[in-house]
Amino acid sequence: MYEFFTHQFGFSILLMAVLLGIIMTAVAYCILLERKVAAWVQDRIGPNRAGPFGLLQPLADGVKFLLKEDIISRNVDKPLFVLAPAIAFTVALIGFAVIPWAGQVRLGGNLLEVQVASIDVGLLYLLAVGSLAVYGVVLGGWASNNKYSFYGAMRATAQMLSYEIPLGLAILVVVLTTGQLRLENIVAWQIDPAAGGVWNLLLHPLAFVLMLITVFAEANRLPFDLAEAEQELIGGYQTEYSAMKMGLFYLGEYAHMITSSAFIAVLFLGGWELFPGSGRLGWGWIDWLNTSPSIAAMLLRFAIMAGKIFFFIFFFMWVRWTIPRFRFDQLMRLAWRGMVPMGLGLVALTGLLVYRGQPATFWAPVGNLIIVAVIMLWQVVRKPTVTGRQTHLPPVTGFAGTR
Amino acid sequence: MQEVVLAQAVSLAPRSYAPILVLILLVMALVAGILILTHVLGPKRHGRVKDDTYEAGMPPVGDARRRFKVQFYIVAMLFLLFDVEVVFMWPWAPLFHHTSVTGQALPGGFDKTFLLVEMAVFLAILLVGYVYAWKKGVFRWN
Repeated sequence: MYEFFTHQFGFSILLMAVLLGIIMTAVAYCILLERKVAAWVQDRIGPNRAGPFGLLQPLADGVKFLLKEDIISRNVDKPLFVLAPAIAFTVALIGFAVIPWAGQVRLGGNLLEVQVASIDVGLLYLLAVGSLAVYGVVLGGWASNNKYSFYGAMRATAQMLSYEIPLGLAILVVVLTTGQLRLENIVAWQIDPAAGGVWNLLLHPLAFVLMLITVFAEANRLPFDLAEAEQELIGGYQTEYSAMKMGLFYLGEYAHMITSSAFIAVLFLGGWELFPGSGRLGWGWIDWLNTSPSIAAMLLRFAIMAGKIFFFIFFFMWVRWTIPRFRFDQLMRLAWRGMVPMGLGLVALTGLLVYRGQPATFWAPVGNLIIVAVIMLWQVVRKPTVTGRQTHLPPVTGFAGTR
Repeated sequence: MQEVVLAQAVSLAPRSYAPILVLILLVMALVAGILILTHVLGPKRHGRVKDDTYEAGMPPVGDARRRFKVQFYIVAMLFLLFDVEVVFMWPWAPLFHHTSVTGQALPGGFDKTFLLVEMAVFLAILLVGYVYAWKKGVFRWN
């Protein structure tokens, strides 16, 4: 039996079981953390009744979700209604398969990838699974046969489709720079001084920002939660759902956040590297940490990766309880008139740098700055757009009114 | 710049996809278990009003699947256009990186200049459509 777990397939199965356990627990505690963060932001205490500091709250929530009545309203399209939360949860939980967690480890004489599936097109797999997430939302809204659900689903579809394009362009910048579609090779490129040896965050900060914003939109998190804007649409596509079916949507959302955070860490933050450019220093312990196949180094790398993921999850929650929601026309304008041209400009810039054979020079961040400067200049120079209710207001003049 | 020397433990072999299949089956079994459990465990109390569609406490009016704004449809069409564009660029990007950084042409004599001009022409054609859509006010929601 031990021999089986020293082969890549057996190790993958073992890792899958461990990670599934970690992610399910983490998702349950993310919901507690979200409520705690909300409480801190709003100067409250938050859940503190179940166990010390409310630590048993996820357990209580889970039992309650399971024991509540599973209402299926008379007018719904039953097969699709049941299928929708299942799809939302499944696609959120299969994405992590291609994330490289901690490089390689030597077990029983075999060098193994600490990754459930080490495939050639890992990046494309993650994107394909990510775009399937829209099906859970759309089917849920359509099958509910409820007006709130329907409008929530329509908004969510338009939003997720629109933000998929800047997401694709931001990732394309990374692919162009590193020349790799394997996620573990993208991390290796950022660590290895012979290849790039610098985090993509430092090379293309604008691409990082684009990716961060689109991940908020893809996860339907505030400020992009128009699909379930409770003041307008009750619960959006979740309105008709109850018991664990609603719980599955929640769990799926947090699992999606964990996978997306890991994805950002891999693409832009050097995965399991402690700090950028550490490979150039030539320090013994850093090289050991970055590449050693020993179990201790592997666990430390995993901890660094987990720390980066935790930072992003906390950031998601922080933003959710700080920033108000967009209006729908602002949302579409941001995607199509702001982020798509920025993404195209970035791709053109990176293409020219790669053409010169030097994708990782200081010209990359300088080019990013130039793109930002051009867009800011254009925003100042052009005529302000007057839309919606503003058409009834007197025109604002001067610099402050020039948007 | 030299090519990156990278680990190729499991390569093109289709069996590197096997763990993904196992994971999908595992998660599907988990979901089925959860859905059955919540259906069995919860109470079942039906009522004429309770089983109705929720419409903020008012009696529901008509069917929910009504006509909706045509701009949603246009966004879906634009998405198809641009997403296919980006999908074309993903296989192009590693090849372009390879030809540029190593300086070797691909089999058939396609060098980095060819690849750059090819993609520039492709993008220029799409950009015409983008500018047209912008001028037509597709991106303006009121």
